[in-house]
Amino acid sequence: MKGCVKSMYKVAVMGDRDSVLGFKALGLDVFIAENKDLAATQIHDLASKKYAVIYITETLAALIPQDIARYKDEPLPAIILIPGKKGSLGISMKNLKSSVERAVGIDIFKD
Amino acid sequence: MATSTTTNMTRMELTRLKQRLKVARRGHKLLKDKRDELMKQFLDIVRLNKELRVNVEEALMKAHASFTVASALMSPAMLEQALLYPKQSVSLNVRYQNIMSVNVPVFDFKTRSDDPSEIFPYGFAMTSGELDAAVDALSRIFQDMLKLAEVEKTTQLLAEEIEKTRRRVSALEYVMIPNTMEKIRYISMKLEENERGNITRLMKVKDMILKEAHGYQD
Repeated sequence: MKGCVKSMYKVAVMGDRDSVLGFKALGLDVFIAENKDLAATQIHDLASKKYAVIYITETLAALIPQDIARYKDEPLPAIILIPGKKGSLGISMKNLKSSVERAVGIDIFKD
Repeated sequence: MATSTTTNMTRMELTRLKQRLKVARRGHKLLKDKRDELMKQFLDIVRLNKELRVNVEEALMKAHASFTVASALMSPAMLEQALLYPKQSVSLNVRYQNIMSVNVPVFDFKTRSDDPSEIFPYGFAMTSGELDAAVDALSRIFQDMLKLAEVEKTTQLLAEEIEKTRRRVSALEYVMIPNTMEKIRYISMKLEENERGNITRLMKVKDMILKEAHGYQD
């Protein structure tokens, strides 16, 4: 894990069909999952492959919180929550807050 | 102290403990500095993270809105067909950056072609204009999304490291250092006590010898 080691990775997007289809045009790998079991198996599958970043809709992420938490302390992959077509659920902001709480001991972003 | 029964009451043990206390104090100071610096970095990163997240979410909602309109105007089959075979593909270079001995990933993305019009994998005749808008909006926020991925991961990794460091600092400060100090105090008092006992015994013996030799008495 030296600074100069380079390797090629891919980017995945997971979520319900309408929320993630547009990312296909950008050249990202889109995986459509709409239920809990499929999402859980898929996310572990993707993490073990060469995916450095996995974007997942908040709606889907809410179903498999413990599967996502497993990769929290690993350098890769970065699992990033994005709002689905229904809008932001505020889960990612809550996660950010809990990270701050974990580090600082208190929530310093109360506003 | 509970452990005093198992501690050897010797000078060697005392020297060893004193050395250990010195190391613990030094370690405590270093870890405290590490924690403070990590915290400084962390707060900057968190602010950036929050900002990026707000931007990305806002932009994504706009893209979703366009996409929803597009999917209302086009049949699902047509939409699928239009996006099925992307012309563009993205790959990532991952480097690791070292922030206070925490390895955090840095992503550089590479697209297969640099032509910005390449993001539209379909002909314009059969598709709605809203789809173009949606795809265009997505491509524009992609850079920010990648940055967000990087920053958010950094936040998580730093948070973990800070928590670990904080625990170590507290363990040294509130357990290790006081315990060692207590042990040192106990041993040195015990040794002093032995020394006093010895002196008293010597004085007593001297008195006895003097008395025997000269019939001398205070």
